[in-house]
Amino acid sequence: MSVTNDQVRHIAKLARIAMSDEELERLLPELNNILGWVEQLGEVNTDGIEPLTAVIDQKLRLREDAITDGDVRDDVLANAPDAQHGFFAVPKVIE
Amino acid sequence: MAELTTRTIAELRDGFRAGDFSAREIAESYNAAVAAAKSLNAYTVETPNDALAAAEVADRTRGQGGSLAGIPLGIKDLFATKGVDTTAGSHILQGFKPTYESTVTANLRKAGAGMLGKLNMDEFAMGSSNETSHYGPVISPWRRQGSNVGLTPGGSSGGSAAAVAAQIAPGATGTDTGGSIRQPAAFAGICGIKPTYGRCSRWGIVAFASSLDQAGAMGRTVRDCAIMLEAMAGFDPKDSTSLDLPVPQWEASLSSSLAGKRVGIPKEYRIDGVPAEINALWDQGIEWLKDAGATPVEISLPHTKYALPTYYIIAPAEASSNLARYDGVRYGLREEGVKTLDDMYAATRAAGFGEEVKRRIMIGTYVLSAGFYDAYFTKAQRVRALIKQDFRKAFESCDVILTPTAPSAAFGIGETTDPLAMYLNDVFAVPASLAGLPAMSVPGGLDAQGLPLGLHLIGNELDEQMVLNASLAIEERAGFTARPEKWW
Repeated sequence: MSVTNDQVRHIAKLARIAMSDEELERLLPELNNILGWVEQLGEVNTDGIEPLTAVIDQKLRLREDAITDGDVRDDVLANAPDAQHGFFAVPKVIE
Repeated sequence: MAELTTRTIAELRDGFRAGDFSAREIAESYNAAVAAAKSLNAYTVETPNDALAAAEVADRTRGQGGSLAGIPLGIKDLFATKGVDTTAGSHILQGFKPTYESTVTANLRKAGAGMLGKLNMDEFAMGSSNETSHYGPVISPWRRQGSNVGLTPGGSSGGSAAAVAAQIAPGATGTDTGGSIRQPAAFAGICGIKPTYGRCSRWGIVAFASSLDQAGAMGRTVRDCAIMLEAMAGFDPKDSTSLDLPVPQWEASLSSSLAGKRVGIPKEYRIDGVPAEINALWDQGIEWLKDAGATPVEISLPHTKYALPTYYIIAPAEASSNLARYDGVRYGLREEGVKTLDDMYAATRAAGFGEEVKRRIMIGTYVLSAGFYDAYFTKAQRVRALIKQDFRKAFESCDVILTPTAPSAAFGIGETTDPLAMYLNDVFAVPASLAGLPAMSVPGGLDAQGLPLGLHLIGNELDEQMVLNASLAIEERAGFTARPEKWW
């Protein structure tokens, strides 16, 4: 299975990465090389094999439903490119 | 006391405790060495005052300090350090100053360690040569005999490896997702261990592929790695995959006597295109372990050849998901001058991520997208289960596995441009990562060009001790004392 230019454009959109036509052009053969190479996994018989979900067997822990953190608004906002009135500010989304 | 920088962590610790020198003298020696080695580009940030402050505490509380009192360390720039730039080698995190400290570095500080600075790395730990760093490649202190061509220290923990090899840090933290501690350790002629997945908390480590990422220690000796790892590891309720187990006394239990132990030699690791020198070193390693009392046994890991393609589905898939957080809203870079929120996301990510990171996000997004998820991602997780099963069976007939660490010695900066060829660097390292197993690289010798080669030990789950002990047996026999000639 190889990807087309339109598919690469679509993936870039899903990934929210702006790409010029030249970049898409350059990426197309690279992605197809990598995808062609990983396709060798098709040779492996995985019938009846459950996909691995935890690399070391362990139970997912439960914790007490208690507040253990918080009240750090200014810390959370400290690295924001644009913080206003205690919030993250973004470009206008409603006309 | 310039010669303090030639000593191991164990020697510094013991000398400091005995009163032979002060922690301040150690910190000052290292701060001076760091400041004089800028041409290596190993550090992205230098924090001499941090090292001095920890030294002051150590000197004041001598005798009561922790296991690393008086020891300044280099910290890979993937670990969040409070108030100190943490960029993960990426433009998108340029200027990011965490308001919190990663669990691993907090543990090191609790043990008394100071910080010399943040160590350069491949962007988001995606790379095997340090060339994907936004802050320029690290230059290895090693050079080929009779040549002044700049070599890579490996990656992604290339700054860590170069700093330890150049004696501008006595030890350094690294992280390993698919070989990022072990391959650079081999290239730089130092030791590096990645513990069992879950031993070190991932909290506060910039995430790449969460089911694979594991912090570890890089040092000049096996003992130094044991000392560091003991301080770094431990249960952390803030990481849902952290192992709720006591940390073993790895240093106190070090023993290079391997009587009764069986060393597995996987036949599938004899692959085409590996230089004869590396296979010869592997054979030499078998002899060294025999000399230490171990018995070699041939084992089979039949799905070895599928490990790399499995990794290059799973790691990019997890990365594409983890890196979705870089949106120009909460931290890091934001591209201005675009109209809509969607355009701002896309422009920020286009400007902030480098080529290799974009490539992996694209692959990851594709293999997780509707219609392809099962064919790629689920299939890879099934093959991963088979790889895990291979190791489980192998450890029924052996106690530790010996292989080469990397299929080549260090290569020149700019010599490997094909992404697939670069990925092959981790052919021996990736299977253990996929299986979550502890693994270590220890220097074995030099190749014909005078560059270090490493041997790789893989242990069973939670058996870091066996990995350390077998590495120690090799270290004692290899007598690796070669040092890069100082040119920087």
